[in-house]
Amino acid sequence: MGLFANLFAGKDRKAKAEKYKIGMEKTRKGSLSSLKNVLINANKIDDSLYDKLEEIFVMADIGVDTTVVFISELKKEVKNRHIENPKELENIIVDKLFDIYLKGQIVNTNIKYNPLGLTVILFVGVNGTGKTTSIAKMAHLIKSEGKSVMLAAGDTFRAGAIDQLKIWGGRIGCQVITKPDSNDPSSVIFDAIRAAKEQNIDVLLCDTAGRLQNKVNLMNELNKISRTINREMGSVQHETYLVIDATTGQNGLSQAKIFSEVTKVSGIVLTKLDGTAKGGIVLAIRNELGIPISFVGMGEKITDLMYFDIEDYIYGLFADFFE
Amino acid sequence: MAFENLTKRLQMALRRIAGKTHLTENDIEEMMKEVRLSLLEADVNYKVVKDFTFEIKELALGEKIMKGLNPGEQVVKIVNDELIKLMGPDAETVKFSPGAKTVIMMVGLQGAGKTTTAGKLGWFLRKNNEKKPLLIAADIYRPAAIDQLVSVGEKLDIPVFSLGTTIKPEEIVIKGLKYADENNFDLVIIDTAGRLHINETLMDELVSIKKIATPDEILLTVDAMTGQDAVNVSVAFNEALGITGCILTKLDGDTRGGAALSIRKMTGIPIKFSGTGEKLTEIEIFHPERMASRILGMGDILSLIEKATESIDEAEAMSMMEKMMSGNFNFNDLLKQMKMVKRMGAFSGILKMLPGGSQLQNVDKVDDKQLVYIEAIIHSMTIDERKKPELLERSSSRRNRVASGSGRSTTEVNRLISLLEKQTQMMKRMPGMSPSALEKMASGEAIKVNPKPGKGRGFHY
Repeated sequence: MGLFANLFAGKDRKAKAEKYKIGMEKTRKGSLSSLKNVLINANKIDDSLYDKLEEIFVMADIGVDTTVVFISELKKEVKNRHIENPKELENIIVDKLFDIYLKGQIVNTNIKYNPLGLTVILFVGVNGTGKTTSIAKMAHLIKSEGKSVMLAAGDTFRAGAIDQLKIWGGRIGCQVITKPDSNDPSSVIFDAIRAAKEQNIDVLLCDTAGRLQNKVNLMNELNKISRTINREMGSVQHETYLVIDATTGQNGLSQAKIFSEVTKVSGIVLTKLDGTAKGGIVLAIRNELGIPISFVGMGEKITDLMYFDIEDYIYGLFADFFE
Repeated sequence: MAFENLTKRLQMALRRIAGKTHLTENDIEEMMKEVRLSLLEADVNYKVVKDFTFEIKELALGEKIMKGLNPGEQVVKIVNDELIKLMGPDAETVKFSPGAKTVIMMVGLQGAGKTTTAGKLGWFLRKNNEKKPLLIAADIYRPAAIDQLVSVGEKLDIPVFSLGTTIKPEEIVIKGLKYADENNFDLVIIDTAGRLHINETLMDELVSIKKIATPDEILLTVDAMTGQDAVNVSVAFNEALGITGCILTKLDGDTRGGAALSIRKMTGIPIKFSGTGEKLTEIEIFHPERMASRILGMGDILSLIEKATESIDEAEAMSMMEKMMSGNFNFNDLLKQMKMVKRMGAFSGILKMLPGGSQLQNVDKVDDKQLVYIEAIIHSMTIDERKKPELLERSSSRRNRVASGSGRSTTEVNRLISLLEKQTQMMKRMPGMSPSALEKMASGEAIKVNPKPGKGRGFHY
């Protein structure tokens, strides 16, 4: 066992990662657990083994480009280190995945709170990824850390969206700012920032309507929202989370690319990771666009949102290695 | 446009071999790599891609090669046929109950678009099949899901049956169906809560709703952006419930939509409808054969024809199509066609649908002024020239005269002549487009495209 296994030798570390493991149980059983079998059953490192590895990574939605780069680097490593035993690939694969994600940087995905007052967090994404639910979960999380939270019902388009947020607000116990007859999300968020400042609220979470990234008008609307926040908050940079559904395929890249052109995306909330989808597209997003993952959604309960941890995520994918 | 990227990639791969007269196994191997990558980039399931490229390779190498086609064209034809087979066969709509009312159950993962689609479908079937729809709100879990359905129903003027969130979904469905009977609704659409296919409790709930409602259709709503997991999801829902059809939502995005291919291949479930916009009227019958021809750059010709028949006199369109098919398409027809196009809407959108149109550079920049110029050029031709395009092809002095007469450049005149030429050729090669198929289409029936072997000149890129 190499570095990675040692990392999880500590008890606390393992207990924390265990949560991911349960959440991603099905994910793991889906196809990535076959990685272990592939390596055990291979007699030598050859093209057919590389083909199988490619299959495993593509099936995890990591994407063709990232997979191709990944496999070619793996080949280089194998050649340089004269590795012949397939089982030795195990640690190299995990290390390489780390490299793809970390890119030699220290990734801090914690929320950047404004030490001097109000912190504004904007939620964006395509339709149906779980923005409203993620806001509710995050409100709960932040509140449980002792901060006061307010919600802004900026989805003025989808039927029932405002009611949905209001119901969550009631359950969590935080105020929801709405503007029933307005179809201008910027003005709702403007009002909410004013109200939050007046009431000395710590964190304001802003919901927005789901929008497909190729709809120019809707993206302009989002840009306006972002500018409104900037104007009201002055030099204080707000956080913007792009919410991505774990079942999303290669379109996730296009989402991340175009949304970050319109508003500076600080991190990704990866939702619905408790299904069989692996959410591998976020690795491609990180690899190609540099955007880190900040949170993961692991279930339907209000407590099912966790800070993203790359070690835990990879552990969740490859837990079989360490049992 | 959905599938556009897949089209480009495939076209590029195919263009490379288009000029070759002889293909080696290596060439085919190389081409399959491109086909494979483009399909994987489009989120087609890895296993489906594997099978697909294997089949094509076998067909291309095997004895099934038809004489008369050059090898490049053969591969193109095989890819085309297999894509149609993979996504096909036909456009299907809802199977209505022979009894008093048809019951449709909407199922799927969270966020796929069930509630919106339930409303859209009610609207579509009321408009096209003169049904009287009732929506049943059976999603008691997601906060405000019922409010959402009620609001959708209000916008479309479709009644919604709901009992709030404290009553079990099974109970709501029983009462809702009774309400439908008492009030003479002949179409009931049940909106169920989104759920993970691996959540046994919630899947069991769907099974019992199915037992109660004995639906005529159980439609799985799938987000067109879904990646490799589309297979797991559709297989699991199908095993638990016996899905009768699939609705692909959010196809108005820039996703390549490979999920459509995967689901069909792995489960056999037909894709019946596609959601194409945020407006509640933006739903269409899914046409697999159109998608296949679009992938191959054959243009979404059938969509164009259907659009045409909606806004154009049917007889006029029919004679136009017959002319095109017979290859006797002349400038008079082109002018008529242009005028039809004018009536149909923005020129650039239409151009994209024409065969080869997606390859035209800067298609978006073609403005409707072009239409005026083309008209001017054609009006400057003699009556004979309009009927016999070859007169112009043969004589440069004729072309120069037309150019100066219309105030356009000779290059533009030449371009118009080659456009006509190309169109005539493309039309002749449209597979299986018989006049009888066109008649059916004009009368609104779904048509079946039977690809015929070409005569050795098909598919130019």
